[in-house]
Amino acid sequence: MNPVIQVDGLGKSFGATRALDGVDLAVRRGTVLGLLGPNGSGKTTTVRVLATLLRPDSGRARVLGHDVVAEPEAVRACIGLTGQYAAVDEALSGTDNLVLVARLLGLPRREARQRAAELIARFGLADAAGRRVRTYSGGMRRRLDLAVSLIGRPDVLFLDEPTTGLDPRRRNEVWDEVRGLAADGTTVLLTTQYLEEAEQLADDLVVLDHGRVIAAGTPAALKAEVGGQRLHARPLHPADLPAVTALVAGLMPGSVPAVDAAGELTVAVPDPAVLVRVAERLDAAGLPVAELGLRLPSLDDVFLTLTGRVATDTPEEAA
Amino acid sequence: MTTVTAPRPTLPAPARHGPPRIPAVLRHSATLAWRGIVKTIHSTDALLDVTLQPVIFLLLFVYVFGGAIAGDPATYLQYALPGVLVQTVVFASAGTGTGLADDLKTGIFDRFRSLPISRTAPLLGAIGADLVRYVTSGAIMLAFGFALGFRTNGGVLGVLAALGLVTVFAFALCWVFTALAMVVREPRSVQGLGALVMLPLTFGSNVFVPSSTLPGWLQGFVEINPVSKVADAARGLLTGGAVWAPVTTSLIASAVLVAVFGPLAVALYRRRT
Repeated sequence: MNPVIQVDGLGKSFGATRALDGVDLAVRRGTVLGLLGPNGSGKTTTVRVLATLLRPDSGRARVLGHDVVAEPEAVRACIGLTGQYAAVDEALSGTDNLVLVARLLGLPRREARQRAAELIARFGLADAAGRRVRTYSGGMRRRLDLAVSLIGRPDVLFLDEPTTGLDPRRRNEVWDEVRGLAADGTTVLLTTQYLEEAEQLADDLVVLDHGRVIAAGTPAALKAEVGGQRLHARPLHPADLPAVTALVAGLMPGSVPAVDAAGELTVAVPDPAVLVRVAERLDAAGLPVAELGLRLPSLDDVFLTLTGRVATDTPEEAA
Repeated sequence: MTTVTAPRPTLPAPARHGPPRIPAVLRHSATLAWRGIVKTIHSTDALLDVTLQPVIFLLLFVYVFGGAIAGDPATYLQYALPGVLVQTVVFASAGTGTGLADDLKTGIFDRFRSLPISRTAPLLGAIGADLVRYVTSGAIMLAFGFALGFRTNGGVLGVLAALGLVTVFAFALCWVFTALAMVVREPRSVQGLGALVMLPLTFGSNVFVPSSTLPGWLQGFVEINPVSKVADAARGLLTGGAVWAPVTTSLIASAVLVAVFGPLAVALYRRRT
């Protein structure tokens, strides 16, 4: 079966910045692709090209067989877009936002109202339907944004960081909605900085860094690629971190422990038995730890292994 | 969901090679103009801009300057109202630039552009809504002027013609501010630069004082300033005096503004979006 979204060698520069540097990806019908990477890695640029908002410099992208550059109208007729900054009209009510887009999609007035009411109910916005969006909470705004993008029952949905800034409960609601849509056959491309989100929702992952695909596959495959268990340790006193790092490194020649901003040290271990030796040595050296243990690699570890950086630790990186 | 009955919207087959589908463009622009009008009605500051600003302008200028310039406010009202009418719509037309810059910044235009509608419809819709704003502002200004004692000898037709003319001029001028918004982008900067254009244009005119009272070098500017011509035309239509010459000049000035800045603004908009 042909992929619903097919991207080959996509390139885009903004001045001297290479935002996309030969991105390839494919999304199968009815699946969720998670596009993962830190800010400035090219996620949003990829979505903007696919949603026909931006012309690529090179390469090609097709959505349901339609080239985004040659046939933008055909692409627009089958996509829904939820933007990073919740592109709904603040001065309009929730209902008016939905009616506006429904009318633009060609629904007659009555049907537009009907469809708006339907989506208002489905997204739990009935109480706020007549209120201006300016008064909405961040979660309500995201839900409305998602509702607006579903008016035309799109075959393909682009969600650009749909849960950034949402509290966990609201985030779970958005996740449930995305799962439901995919189950109904909608093809979803989702960008996120949150590895947990990608793990929860995505059938396949593409990891971007500096405009390049640095890894692709199912979450399980990516974890397997990184391999092995992780030992993690967090000293009780942050000042002990260098000493603990040196001690752990001494027990595992060849591996380099990584340290994150929270003062936790992580290292891949070839043999789980090393945990006991680490515990003994730390005790003998008088270095108390708040946490010490083994776990399977998370997507954070995947990202760290692939890029040498912590995924969520580079928010200021320029586009 | 078992009650879903609405069909998937059927979209006309995209015409990729022929001329643009005029009816669809107009339909989408009208829908987006509706959005602009609802938006103005719903946002307090925008609504006050349209309704209260003309009232305050008229009160301030007539009662603060009236005595000093014309001897008494009533006499000055007769002179100033047609000019302040022009000033009001010029200010409203600058607001078009700020509004567009704002829309582009919030990402709402991205949403519109991801829909299967004409690419220029969001721009045309915004300007269509602003035409309604200009007319409303101008009508409020005129109504309040009459309440303050302004008397016209142009009749209903003269009043309507004056309102129509200043609206045409505001429409022509809004392309300048639209082009500005596409280049400058930041709504605050658009507002600031808009004021830099607007203030010399409205005060460096015969809106508030006859140009004969000005120093020679300024008279030169005032004479070529289109705002003076439109103010002259509005005076002619409302309170008597030359009509055809200033009206013709105003329409030519408007046509030139549209011919130069219209295509420029649309080209900048298309490049920007």
